[in-house]
Amino acid sequence: MATTLVLVTTSAGVADEVALQALALGRRLAAGGPVHALVIADEAAATGLGAWGATEVHLARHAELGSPAPDAVARILHDLALRLEAGIVVGPGTEAGNTILARAAARANLPFAANCVDVTIGDPLTVTRLRWGGSLLEEAAIHAGPAMLTVAPHVIAATPTGGVAAVAPFTPELDEADLAVRVVDRIAAAAGGVTLAEAKVVVSGGRGVGSADGFGPIEELAALLGAAVGCSRAVTISGWRSHTAQVGQTGTKIAPNLYIACGISGATQHMAGAKGAKKLLAVNKDAEAPIMSAADYAVIGDLHQVVPAISAEIRRVRGA
Amino acid sequence: MKVLVCIKSVPAVAGRITLTADARAIDTRHLGFAIGPHEECAVEQAVRIVEAGGGEAVVLTLGPAQALEQLRDALALGIARAIHLVTEGEEWDPESTTAAIVDAIRADEAASGPFDLILLGNEAGDSADYQVAVRLGRALGRPAVTAIKGMTIGEGTVRCEQEVDAGRDVYELRLPAIAAVLEGINLPRFPSVPGRLRAKNKPVEVSQPARPAQRLEMLRLVVPQLPAKQAEVLGRGPEAAPAVVAVLQELGVI
Repeated sequence: MATTLVLVTTSAGVADEVALQALALGRRLAAGGPVHALVIADEAAATGLGAWGATEVHLARHAELGSPAPDAVARILHDLALRLEAGIVVGPGTEAGNTILARAAARANLPFAANCVDVTIGDPLTVTRLRWGGSLLEEAAIHAGPAMLTVAPHVIAATPTGGVAAVAPFTPELDEADLAVRVVDRIAAAAGGVTLAEAKVVVSGGRGVGSADGFGPIEELAALLGAAVGCSRAVTISGWRSHTAQVGQTGTKIAPNLYIACGISGATQHMAGAKGAKKLLAVNKDAEAPIMSAADYAVIGDLHQVVPAISAEIRRVRGA
Repeated sequence: MKVLVCIKSVPAVAGRITLTADARAIDTRHLGFAIGPHEECAVEQAVRIVEAGGGEAVVLTLGPAQALEQLRDALALGIARAIHLVTEGEEWDPESTTAAIVDAIRADEAASGPFDLILLGNEAGDSADYQVAVRLGRALGRPAVTAIKGMTIGEGTVRCEQEVDAGRDVYELRLPAIAAVLEGINLPRFPSVPGRLRAKNKPVEVSQPARPAQRLEMLRLVVPQLPAKQAEVLGRGPEAAPAVVAVLQELGVI
């Protein structure tokens, strides 16, 4: 039984999904012991956390916490871990969560394990964590405590417990150095269009498309399906499409109901971003391409002929 | 501006990863090596900053002898000189990696003056530890930002942009500062032949730091077992279109 502290990141009154997953892991590791949650500034989000397994919720309030300041949050987390004598400190394996836990570990002079999928309490505590965007797992021992770690997204289910936890507001101690890194401006995203990460259908092109202009038929099929257009890294490094369209380990991770991958071989880098797809249709000249062993459906053939034929058939079926 | 860019040489994995017999490393007998994707963009960013405003860009790596190849790749793109912290092939955990880099930075700054900006990739392409940049920041007492996809150099400052759900968050840091960048911040150039030739004669400073005890100790690697799938072949060539559309209808896509 270890006292567990979980950083719950939030936005506009709602706890982040991956943070609730971190809370689920924290509850498991606490094994009946106290599960403390730390929330920064967001009272509405803090109020609901008992229902997700927190036994005590600490709400940090400070005049300077109106915009993201990762070093300040790291200090608050570290100070609270010391005060609670926490044995394990957990956060969400998001960009925000990873940077805050890493900063807290640096401040505490402790190791930090990012994107864990499993944790075993013992001496030493061991973790299983993601490498290569999940294409490889690492088993590692953490030789100093409290153990600082984040939970990889969407591996551990967030489970409601129906509990209730009191929210204890407090004013953390911060100084100027903690606020040297902070958001000074926010540029709003352009509205409209289906985003790659949230699209229900994605149509992607790879090296096999051959050129920037070669994406015409892919765009046409995507438009017919109300899909987002994606691509592989080979395409972005060739300058055919912008990086915002890149599906992969170093691009966007997608989770559509259907992924249509055209002229994409299925390299590790790409599949790390595509494995959230429920169904995968591969269009490829090479029946032996690695993507075939990840695909549900395949068409063997040249995408330049196959993709326009699919679009034409959709139009015919729709009677247009 | 003096810019340092830290890179890692990683195996150029393409298909399925295979491990060495002791399961402590990727079997690289049939693989090449490359600069990690985020770090390729960090190198490009360093070169662009110096091209635009003058100064010097330096590349650093901690890695085995073979990582010299990736240092040469960076030198071929316009980096002036390299620092190679040579390891014996064993992995270094993020804390010991940071400590070795901090020592090298302090030594270089004592000899050649301070770096205004230190660039890294957001996470290493292989171990993905997400922490060396902020540990450097803590050790050197410099502000550090991560997940950066836009950067503008100002007067003694750097403006860094981070993609978030709502748009872009903007940080403004006083130099000297540290930034870990994401692929997509720029489109890296390919090395030219004259660039490659010049790279051969650029200085590479070599040292061999001692590897301390590892507090995040890798025990072994595991290739996750994915359910073996057998794709249903819907047909060959454009004649497959009706079968594809039937599947689209079955899935409720159309």
